[in-house]
Amino acid sequence: MSLNINNLHVKLEDEDKQILKGVTLEVPAGEVHAIMGPNGSGKSTLSYVLSGRDGYEVTEGSATLDGADLLAMEPEERAAAGLFLAFQYPVEIPGVGNMTFLRTALNAQRKARGEEELSSGDFLKLVREKAKTLKIDAEMLKRPVNVGFSGGEKKRNEILQMAMLEPRMCILDETDSGLDVDAMRLVADGVNALRSPERSFLVITHYQRLLDHIRPDVVHIMSNGRIIKTGGPELAIEVEQNGYGDLLAEVG
Amino acid sequence: MADTAVLAAGAKPAAKTGAGDAVLAARLDALDLPVGGFTAAARKDAAARLQAMGLPGARDEYWRYTNPAPFNAPLPEALAYTSRESSLFDGIDRLKLVFVDGVFDAAASDPLTGEGMQIDILSTADAGPAHWAGDLYGKLETSGQTPVKRPFAVLNTLAAQDGVLIRVTGKVARPVHILYRRDGQATDVHVHHVIRLEPGAELTLLETGGIGARSNTVTEVEIGKGARFHHIASKRADDAKLGIGHIFARVGEGALFKSFSLAVNGRVMRNEGVIEIVGDDAVAHIAAAVLGDGNEGAFHHDDTVFIAHAAERCESRQVYKKVLKNGAEGIFQGKILVKPGAQKTDGYQISQGLLLDEGSQFLAKPELEIYADDVKCSHGSTTGALDETALFYLRSRGVPKEQAIVLLVLSFLADALDEIEDERLRDDILTRLDEWLTSRAKG
Repeated sequence: MSLNINNLHVKLEDEDKQILKGVTLEVPAGEVHAIMGPNGSGKSTLSYVLSGRDGYEVTEGSATLDGADLLAMEPEERAAAGLFLAFQYPVEIPGVGNMTFLRTALNAQRKARGEEELSSGDFLKLVREKAKTLKIDAEMLKRPVNVGFSGGEKKRNEILQMAMLEPRMCILDETDSGLDVDAMRLVADGVNALRSPERSFLVITHYQRLLDHIRPDVVHIMSNGRIIKTGGPELAIEVEQNGYGDLLAEVG
Repeated sequence: MADTAVLAAGAKPAAKTGAGDAVLAARLDALDLPVGGFTAAARKDAAARLQAMGLPGARDEYWRYTNPAPFNAPLPEALAYTSRESSLFDGIDRLKLVFVDGVFDAAASDPLTGEGMQIDILSTADAGPAHWAGDLYGKLETSGQTPVKRPFAVLNTLAAQDGVLIRVTGKVARPVHILYRRDGQATDVHVHHVIRLEPGAELTLLETGGIGARSNTVTEVEIGKGARFHHIASKRADDAKLGIGHIFARVGEGALFKSFSLAVNGRVMRNEGVIEIVGDDAVAHIAAAVLGDGNEGAFHHDDTVFIAHAAERCESRQVYKKVLKNGAEGIFQGKILVKPGAQKTDGYQISQGLLLDEGSQFLAKPELEIYADDVKCSHGSTTGALDETALFYLRSRGVPKEQAIVLLVLSFLADALDEIEDERLRDDILTRLDEWLTSRAKG
């Protein structure tokens, strides 16, 4: 599955503020791409616009997933089409059990794709197996969605959802934020276990350290609403050593 | 003819001098008032008290947000109802007592025998001059008139045609289920229940169904030392009705009172909870989950709660959640009164409105009145729309918007539902709510 973003211009719906000013990007099937960039460069906006959050207006350009127009779909349709966004700040939903949530989501997607819904027995088996590799215990599965979870637990829960829903295009929005070294390794291992020739990743991060664990094929540098440089993993190391200053100066 | 009478009475300003008396006279005139046997004195006393206080007017402090006119009118509005029988709690072993238009139906009910309790029917028992319930009938209602007048409860004590009288002496595992059915379209029903839990006793009382086109219920509950009383009421969903319900409870030492009610659509409903905690180390929780759609008939739901702490180290909780749409109105008036000497009181109150559109409104009037210096009392009230971020989160996982809203509504109601201790009963309510919400979301 490949994601194609072409000359994407996005402004805030409620104010006259342009956030993305012509992003062009292609993530072919099976590849892991990273987007790095200073604060306010538009990285998170890109992830929200791709997944269909309200509050943004696309003024120009396109985004397609295997040729299908992402921007014309509702968020749930994008999910059923294989897109997944791991949130920077996963949302707490009191009163809704994590299991109920996962099962509702999984079966909704299956239904949307015309597949059989999973029986409770099969679902339980699947969720236990996936949870185990992410060191998510039964107690965490029973608790309400993300309520009382530590930062690390919330991010692991995001990866569990990803593992259960088996999307083909995963966007990770600063999944490393708020994680200690061990938690980051656990999350990275979870992501790496999901890498496959059919699945692509777009990893948004501030720091190179996550990319030590999730090795990207391509690194993009974003600044002021545009991709200003694209390169291999070495680009991330360059940023880590020299900051964004040199790169920004380079493009003027 | 009935419609004209309703309009005439509804249009009258009850607060004006003289007019109030006429409203009350017309109201009483339209009723067939029982003389009563063991309740005769209580009914007579109620008649005198009602004459003195009159029916409420729109200017009464606790009737500012709910117009009492539909309850003051001599005759009820004819309201169609759905004949579909409620199947809530069908899977649970319970003792069923059926009331049709507010009158006990022995043939449709289970035999009035249960281990650890004595059950009588008010209309039958009231043929005799004496009954254990004579010590309670109208008594808790009367003491609940201070400091706030509750004229419709007095009217009920005066006019009640039927009800159940339960004296619980043991731990009763099998819930008692009062099932209301409607037969007439314009019924004006007064039901009065009296329940006494002897020390150490335990009872779960369930109430479901449509009571009448216009109903007025009073439940008086005396809870003895260390006794436990659980109450779950669910009035038939989508059943157009005018209802005013009262629960008066007196909670003894180390005793537990827990009441949860669910309302789904209806018309105009008012529930008054009056709880007096008189013994040390007692617990009283009262909660409600309300869903109202103004398109199903002008929806107005009012919960007016008064909890008085008159003993030490007691805990009380009020948890009210209302989901409102299409111009529905939700009201909450809740008070915690901590009397002098009620030290170490732990009082908590939360009322929340979830507005699914801009035309609906939730009005809350929380009150705390505290006369002891070593207490913990808190209250909170919020009114808000659906959390857009949570909605997006769910949708981004593939949950369709309508289904995501159902999940968020259930999430909003969770704290109130958690007040149901028995997991089977809670699951029954939750399943029913989920089904109802889901069917609505599709339609």
